[in-house]
Amino acid sequence: MLTRDKAADIFERIKKHSTADQVEVLFSGGKSALTRFANNIIHQNVAEQNYVVSVRTVFGGRTARSATNKLDDESLKRVVQSSERLAKVQHPDSDLLPVPDACGAGARTREMLPTRHFTETAAATPQQRAETVKKIVSIADRHKLTTAGIVSTSESVEAIFNSRGLTDWLTQTSSEISITMLAPDSSGWQKANSPDVANLDSVALAETAARKAFESANPREIPAGKYTVILEPAAVLDIVGFMFFDFGGLSILDQRSFLNNRVGIKLFGDNINIWDDVAHPLQSGVPFDGEGVCRHKVQLVKRGVVERLVYARATAEKMKRSEHKDKVGPIEPTGHGFPLPNEIGEAPMNIVFGASPEPTSVDQMIASTERGVLVTRLWYIREVDPYEKILTGMTRDGTFYVENGKIRHGVRNFRFNQSLIQMLSNVEAMGTPVRASGEESFDMVVPAMKVRDFNFTEVTKF
Amino acid sequence: MKDISSWALNVAAQLGASYADARIADDRSRALSTKNGKVGGASDSESSGLGIRVIADGAWGFASSDDLSQAAVEATAARAVDIGKASARVKKRDIELASEKPATAEWTTPFQVDPFTTSVEQNIDLLLKIDSELRSVAGVTLAETNMNFRREEQWFVSSEGANIHQTKYTTGVGYAAYAFAGSEIQKRSYPNSYGGQWQNKGYELIGQLKLLENARRVGEEAVALLKAEQCPEGAFDVILDGSQLGLQIHESVGHPIELDRVLGMEANFAGTSFLTLDKLRTLRYGSDLVNVVADARQEHGPGLGTFGFDEEGVPAQCTPIITNGLFTGYLSSRETAHTIGMNRSGGTLRAECWNRLPIIRMTNISILPGEKPLTREQLIADTINGVYMETNKSWSIDDKRYNFQFSCELGWEIKNGKRTRMLKNPSYSGITTEFWNSMDAICSRDEWIVWGTPHCGKGQPQQVMGTGHGAAPARFRNIKVGSAYKGT
Repeated sequence: MLTRDKAADIFERIKKHSTADQVEVLFSGGKSALTRFANNIIHQNVAEQNYVVSVRTVFGGRTARSATNKLDDESLKRVVQSSERLAKVQHPDSDLLPVPDACGAGARTREMLPTRHFTETAAATPQQRAETVKKIVSIADRHKLTTAGIVSTSESVEAIFNSRGLTDWLTQTSSEISITMLAPDSSGWQKANSPDVANLDSVALAETAARKAFESANPREIPAGKYTVILEPAAVLDIVGFMFFDFGGLSILDQRSFLNNRVGIKLFGDNINIWDDVAHPLQSGVPFDGEGVCRHKVQLVKRGVVERLVYARATAEKMKRSEHKDKVGPIEPTGHGFPLPNEIGEAPMNIVFGASPEPTSVDQMIASTERGVLVTRLWYIREVDPYEKILTGMTRDGTFYVENGKIRHGVRNFRFNQSLIQMLSNVEAMGTPVRASGEESFDMVVPAMKVRDFNFTEVTKF
Repeated sequence: MKDISSWALNVAAQLGASYADARIADDRSRALSTKNGKVGGASDSESSGLGIRVIADGAWGFASSDDLSQAAVEATAARAVDIGKASARVKKRDIELASEKPATAEWTTPFQVDPFTTSVEQNIDLLLKIDSELRSVAGVTLAETNMNFRREEQWFVSSEGANIHQTKYTTGVGYAAYAFAGSEIQKRSYPNSYGGQWQNKGYELIGQLKLLENARRVGEEAVALLKAEQCPEGAFDVILDGSQLGLQIHESVGHPIELDRVLGMEANFAGTSFLTLDKLRTLRYGSDLVNVVADARQEHGPGLGTFGFDEEGVPAQCTPIITNGLFTGYLSSRETAHTIGMNRSGGTLRAECWNRLPIIRMTNISILPGEKPLTREQLIADTINGVYMETNKSWSIDDKRYNFQFSCELGWEIKNGKRTRMLKNPSYSGITTEFWNSMDAICSRDEWIVWGTPHCGKGQPQQVMGTGHGAAPARFRNIKVGSAYKGT
């Protein structure tokens, strides 16, 4: 692994090559491995090592970035010169701030961050991953199913150094298992990840995916229309993930957010409370942003009202001078900025949904449903209308008809066209928030949800 | 490079690999962008490294590293073999590759101007002029532009004796105007949405697209959409512009013909395909007018799927995919060719970079233009009751590639051969084969453009790939329109 001392040495060499007023260096990379299986065999199996040094130079209101994965002195000199050339040809931008000099009010979040580096995960071998796959395949074989998926482990570093003395550093590990079980005309799916590979239960995941596959066999077509749906956590995260880029202050200033003219207004149901909290025990990721500002814990939504936005430093300054300043709640840098320069500003990426005072399990949701659809997973979600936040997408890998409190049979998959605003206003019950992982959005801590009047518009052929 | 490849292949052979190939790559890219009169981003990046793919104990292993020292290269090769042997713990039969004559070759994208030699200052000035022109239209609330260049140099060597040196250039450019008012955000893009037009060309692409000349119209259309009528719901004849048809091909032809999807290798992530093996040469994919090829050859055009050799050393080829409406071909690799009775790969194994395992990807999946002269305006004049749709806004399709729904930025109602009123939020949906069988007209060569799709995602770990799609405006009869807003 790239060590903090080696990174510090590289930063000193970069500073010597630079003629800029200020210089900032981001380090990222590590070692990762992924074992992929399909048709009950391992068919792809990869490992990677890569470290990237990304240099931003600043000349009085002008800035640019250049990155390389070559760490020799000649390459470092070249990357500094490249960044400086790109910066110097620009017109000065009065909104550009000097690089920050220290971690601000969010420092407490840093102190509360749980350990996210686990030696056993970092040291996982291809043989160990293969043994995990073997267990999953044996479960597929026992149920006469075909399985496909991944088992992955990684160890990574993210760090920042700047010429005003700010430094921060985090090493973490990650592990993930995703399993699809395929029957002749149905399928089931489960996915989980954790910084600690010991937390992943491949057998339980495989058994659940298998059960979903054989319980949804012989799917029947039921007509499209509005249904009460029970969305498992992965389905919730994949659809709600499409709104969080609109919680950045710059998206309001750019007038591309669905929250324009809606901050402070009740938009969702009373039962919707959402935080961004990098230090939450079920979250992962680094506690500082693209400029090194420590991430704050921010309550974005309180009892259905969008209360706060997140801000990079420059966005906060700009917002304070804007016509929106009195309508968007507290304005301060929150440590959610992306590396500069960029066009999108910031976004909350450590989403945690608030727990219901009376959490309802998925089984209880099913038992209380007269007529509805249980959804395991959503797929290929895209935005149809940016202001009403209408999203389209498909159900996938385990969709069931529920009637009179019981799962009756699998159904052919639906296409939905659903406003997120309406959906989060129609949540009748929520489970206990869990760390969930999907394919359309970043990982979050979200509950299962029972939602009325979910808008299915078409049915596909399987 | 010879030393590096020798270190890798020798160690792989010594440790028992029955096959090995190594890709040593050096990538360079530049991204410039503006937003509302200011530089939004200016960045360069470079990445180099080595990826080694082996068959050990009859199973695949792949390892990659950014460290090209002898010790690191040899360790990476050893890691690939170790991984291959681990893969062999969960296998049913040994991997076999279709034979391929090892090539020794040099290939470079034909280009007139190396984009990395052009002035950054002038490029930013051009983007700022476009940005200014967009914002000169009252009602435009956000203007964005981008310009992107990439140079990929790669050396491919294999234990069979292949030795191929390729350099690819890619240029992309585009812009968008947004208009926000009341409770609505509308957007227009040029030459295409999501980053504009991308081709395997040098800087000459920038001058060919009439960027500045179209900026005011694009801004005006974004604002006009706010007051346009909502696209009605119902069954209409639909005419798609070439860029939207390119994405339709990508999603409802390009992905389902990937043989790895068909064989279940992508079932956990990208999905499978309705094109099961029994459908080859038996399925009526489309009407007689539908002719689609997968063509990676230079003579097809400067698509993002144009190359000399794929990432396992197989030369670029043209494969007929749909011939007069009949389904005739898949995208294949050396490992999968035998499953469709082929003794040679179709040459479609591609990797995003040195640190990714090559997998089956689209090349240039293009619909051939109509043989009879037909312009877009003539096609509109020939339509009684229809909707013309232009520039993609959103796209979605199920994991077997049956049911799709697309939205476009701009629509026009067509009545008795004339455009009668602008329509906002046009969308259409359908089932893949029903849709392609409803195509009754396609414009001719003069309207045919190879569009670039630069950000196609597939694989685990995910890889982003550029694909090309030659297309001309075409008409589809009796299509379901407007369901994206149904019930919302």
